[in-house]
Amino acid sequence: MDKSYPLQTRNLNLYYRKFHALKDVTMSVEARTITAIIGPSGCGKSTLVRCFNRMNDTILGARVEGRILVEGRDIYAPDTDLTQLRKTAGMVFQHPTPFPLSIFDNVAYGPRVHGESRPEELNGIVEQSLQSVHLWDELKDRLHEPALDLSPEQQQRLCIARLAAVRPRIILMDEPCSALDPIATSHIEELMEELVRDYTILIVTHNMAQAARVSKNTAFMLLGELVEYGETARIFQAPKDNRTKEYIGGRYG
Amino acid sequence: MTRVHPKTKEFIAKMALRGIAAVVILTLVSIVGYVIVKGVAVIDLKFLFGQPRSMGREGGVFPFIVSSIYITVISLAVSIPLGLGSAIYLTEYRAEGWATKVIRFGIDCLAGIPSIVLGLFGFSFFVKFLHLSWSLLSGGLTVSLMILPFIIRSSEEAIRAVPQSYREVAFAAGGTKWQSVTRVVLPCALPGVMTGIILAIGKCVGETASVIFTAGTSLRTPQSVFDSGRTLAIHFYLLVRETGASDMAYGSAATLLIAILSVNFTAYYLMRRFLRRVS
Repeated sequence: MDKSYPLQTRNLNLYYRKFHALKDVTMSVEARTITAIIGPSGCGKSTLVRCFNRMNDTILGARVEGRILVEGRDIYAPDTDLTQLRKTAGMVFQHPTPFPLSIFDNVAYGPRVHGESRPEELNGIVEQSLQSVHLWDELKDRLHEPALDLSPEQQQRLCIARLAAVRPRIILMDEPCSALDPIATSHIEELMEELVRDYTILIVTHNMAQAARVSKNTAFMLLGELVEYGETARIFQAPKDNRTKEYIGGRYG
Repeated sequence: MTRVHPKTKEFIAKMALRGIAAVVILTLVSIVGYVIVKGVAVIDLKFLFGQPRSMGREGGVFPFIVSSIYITVISLAVSIPLGLGSAIYLTEYRAEGWATKVIRFGIDCLAGIPSIVLGLFGFSFFVKFLHLSWSLLSGGLTVSLMILPFIIRSSEEAIRAVPQSYREVAFAAGGTKWQSVTRVVLPCALPGVMTGIILAIGKCVGETASVIFTAGTSLRTPQSVFDSGRTLAIHFYLLVRETGASDMAYGSAATLLIAILSVNFTAYYLMRRFLRRVS
């Protein structure tokens, strides 16, 4: 088991019915770093990140070829426990998606789904999770208010806390800041830089500046292909592929 | 002919639509108002809690209120689990395809069957074949067939309106489909589902044709679901047809209307409070 690369693909091809969405993608994501995937809309970056927790399973007509390894295990092996996989690799979505429940119930959702029902345990998990996203001090007195009353930034933090509550080791982020204003975005980026001490983070972003700011490694995708992948500084300063150079220079997308 | 200015057309359209809306509201208000004004005079505690005398020309309507409640509760108890279950299956567990189309077509056909025909079916199946005889159980089961398609469709709409992202998050947290349904989708869809159920209550309480076939017209207060009973709606139908006691009929009709309206208002009030809590 290769501990230092918890997310890997080997010649990954993905089809939505006849549409070839990912073409022969082979990449490895380094542990406890932030890795960014950039590329124009429709390049397959969201599709790729959604492979790692098998979210594409919910889309009818999606078909996967090649191998996807999470912490060294082939996640399409017949004995794969999807619940366990999604506990290991949690996901933050583009739009903050708190459930229309109380703040407490949102954070407790995951542990409850996984069978935790002891109140004192749940209280502890909720406090710890909210603390990890710096919401505890703001919200500790209003845990039973509706989560939908929070600001978009608080909502997105809450979603990250909801994720932290199931204690994943990997966080997959699908454009987590695209519904937030620049100030909220920078707060979430700061949070990511703290979280990366404990988690491996793979983030899809259409914001190149964000990729340049937060990530250690960057992958550039175009039309379902992984065009170039390497250290962020190198990708942005000395791209090897012409298409990368053109994208970073603002030619498409 | 000179061209009519678009602004003039706009004015005419606006006025016409306002007029139409006014006609609709007026019709509603006058029907409800007429029945209540004519009926409210006979409504008092003796009317609501008394036994009928001389075939309902005098006395109260207590047995009929009890029967109406029985029919409503039985039909909801049967159709809510079946209807909600079907709606969950169709929306969450089954991809759109020929099977869902066939099922939906079947549901729409069931919805289109006139209630008198359902009554005939209820009579031959529940009353005769299953030997349930004329009873509130037969009546309730028959009415449940009538409101079932309605509950399925309204629950389906409500469930479909829950944003897909909630389901994705529920799955991404490692939950199973059933957990996403029970913990996330249904709580979100609840207001819509409840609205459908409330409207169904109105249909249950007012249903006449099929109940007359299956629950009978007994004047006595039912002691169990196996007794025959006469609902309020049937009672005032029979009053008008057979006794000509029209003020008593209006009294029953007004009782029925007031009951339905208060169920609706209470439910909408609760719903609004619920919605304010969650959104």
